[in-house]
Amino acid sequence: MSIFLNGQSKVIVQGITGGEGTKHTALMLKAGTNIVGGVNARKAGTTVSHVTKDGAAVELPVFATVAEAMEKTGADVSVVFVPPAFAKDAVIEAIDAGIGLLVVITEGIPVQDSAEFWAHACALGNRTRIIGPNCPGVITPGEALAGITPATITGPGPVGLVSKSGTLTYQMMYELKDLGFSTAIGIGGDPVIGTTHIDALAAFEADPATKAIVMIGEIGGDAEERAAEFIKANVTKPVVGYVAGFTAPEGKTMGHAGAIVSGSSGTAQAKKEALEAAGVRVGKTPSQTAQLLREALAAS
Amino acid sequence: MDLYEYQAKELFAAHGVPVSPGIVVTSADEAVTAAEKLGTPVMVKSQVKTGGRGKAGGVKFAATIDDVRTHAGNILGLDIRGHVTRKVLITPASDIAAEYYASFLLDRANRRYLAMCSKEGGMEIEQLAVEKPEALARVPIDPAAGVDAAKAAEIVAAAGFDDDVRDKVAAALVKLWDVFVGEDATLVEVNPLIQTPDGDVLALDGKVTLDDNAAFRHPQHADLVDYASENPLELRAKEKHLNYVKLDGQVGIIGNGAGLVMSTLDVVAYAGEKHSGVKPANFLDIGGGASAEVMASGLDIILSDPDVKSVFVNVFGGITACDAVATGIVKALEILGDAATKPLVVRLDGNNVAAGRAILAAAAHPLVTSADTMDAGADRAAELAAAAGK
Repeated sequence: MSIFLNGQSKVIVQGITGGEGTKHTALMLKAGTNIVGGVNARKAGTTVSHVTKDGAAVELPVFATVAEAMEKTGADVSVVFVPPAFAKDAVIEAIDAGIGLLVVITEGIPVQDSAEFWAHACALGNRTRIIGPNCPGVITPGEALAGITPATITGPGPVGLVSKSGTLTYQMMYELKDLGFSTAIGIGGDPVIGTTHIDALAAFEADPATKAIVMIGEIGGDAEERAAEFIKANVTKPVVGYVAGFTAPEGKTMGHAGAIVSGSSGTAQAKKEALEAAGVRVGKTPSQTAQLLREALAAS
Repeated sequence: MDLYEYQAKELFAAHGVPVSPGIVVTSADEAVTAAEKLGTPVMVKSQVKTGGRGKAGGVKFAATIDDVRTHAGNILGLDIRGHVTRKVLITPASDIAAEYYASFLLDRANRRYLAMCSKEGGMEIEQLAVEKPEALARVPIDPAAGVDAAKAAEIVAAAGFDDDVRDKVAAALVKLWDVFVGEDATLVEVNPLIQTPDGDVLALDGKVTLDDNAAFRHPQHADLVDYASENPLELRAKEKHLNYVKLDGQVGIIGNGAGLVMSTLDVVAYAGEKHSGVKPANFLDIGGGASAEVMASGLDIILSDPDVKSVFVNVFGGITACDAVATGIVKALEILGDAATKPLVVRLDGNNVAAGRAILAAAAHPLVTSADTMDAGADRAAELAAAAGK
């Protein structure tokens, strides 16, 4: 079992012919993902050559639109590698086509564009789950990868992970590589994102394969504080936490567009305190957090 | 990017928001010339990107030209919460019948926008929100719908404006919304928005934050960057498209990925508690690729920071293999040659880690120490910085 993505998922890539799209399509196939095609209006009708996990050559069809790709292939997941200036249109196109899961990898999308496509998704009744933007995507080890998370770090196992940060996701998967993961989701470091910590926590709580959860946050906004309240009220599985950015100065954006302490709000200290008040043990470092997860799993 | 008040007001004027005229100057002599042009009395206002200017003595009423010279002389150079005043705005002292507050901002938690509006402006909005929350109207804005005349009317009604100013405030709100959307802002705030004795509505102050991610569709925003007040190392990093923030410690930091680099700063700060209290000197994210050239550019900037006593390179090989990263570090040190003078602690983990560490070991660069874990690397780098003298 897993959340949001599994071996049966049929995945298309928006921007499959671009540099990033080409590179990561190859890596997603290698991770076992069932990629059924891609979208690029200007190259519709052509194919792109790739190799499956088993080493077999495969010609992936390129379609003009997401709707056409879904109709011809039965795709239910799309991964977006479209540059920032064109990302909003690509996302809205996928939402209009009614794709089930939309993973937006693109970094640098103007926040008003994200707010607009989120409002559009809501207006259509949230039939599309959006992950990202500015995220590494979602991996269900051993089954499928929709995004850029390295699939070589670890395999399937009992840990569920949700994180704002890509590299901290990889670091934590590496620290716990002997245990393995049910699903690991990078939700993205932008101020406006689709799937939240809370959405992932709720899904992990309901997933029988997930026995314990790691939640990684960082400075900016109050998503961690709200997740803490949710955990207290709704999550029975053990959760451990980590928050990055204790040393970040006020008013400076730390790499991620959403990682900024504004006045006294959005600090790592406040997030840590909120999580601890909800009974979540919070590690001082990634390795200490991994140790806390081991303890929580052993005790459960 | 945060704007200065005078820049915010220039954007306001460009979008038709009524503002008082103003002239921005950098010396007391220029301030006098400006005041003579505008006619006294004027306000002399420090241009710094922080709040609390009035309390800090950065905003003064000048009845006469002599007052202008005195106040401008005092305010230029004034340090307000760590921001040194380099420019002052000279603007006619408006007669004020009433002070209001208006803003549009991104509401992260609800993934939409929020309008805030009050009949009681002038005081700090955080204070108003705490002391008189009922006086501050908060109206959600649907990003797909925006603010038209009807929405603006809803906002002023929620704020309880009297009939005589309602239409003028609503009209100003529609124009302010135009600034918010048209300029890709995440915050547009006017405090105070005033009513003059003649019944006109004017933006007497302005605060705007622009979305850096939207810079590609606003090439003119590049002119708003104030190079003189930016940190020179941050400027150099920006030219090389590096994600760098200068901090006040001694351990230079290079890592890949924003989250991992933030975490590295924290781990170094904890380690520093045991080593004379040394702290991280910077944030530098060289991104997922971590090529030799980018590594060299990053190292070059960090090593030219005189505050840096040691460097901690913390890279997790995800897509990029550690052997490629190690080769990048060795090449970067070759490129830098004699410019590399400070000890480097390198922690590599992840994809092909054994090959990566072997490359560093084979190069045996006298300045480079390898660490097996992030915690151990942070400890060693802090220790080296402390030994070099804080």
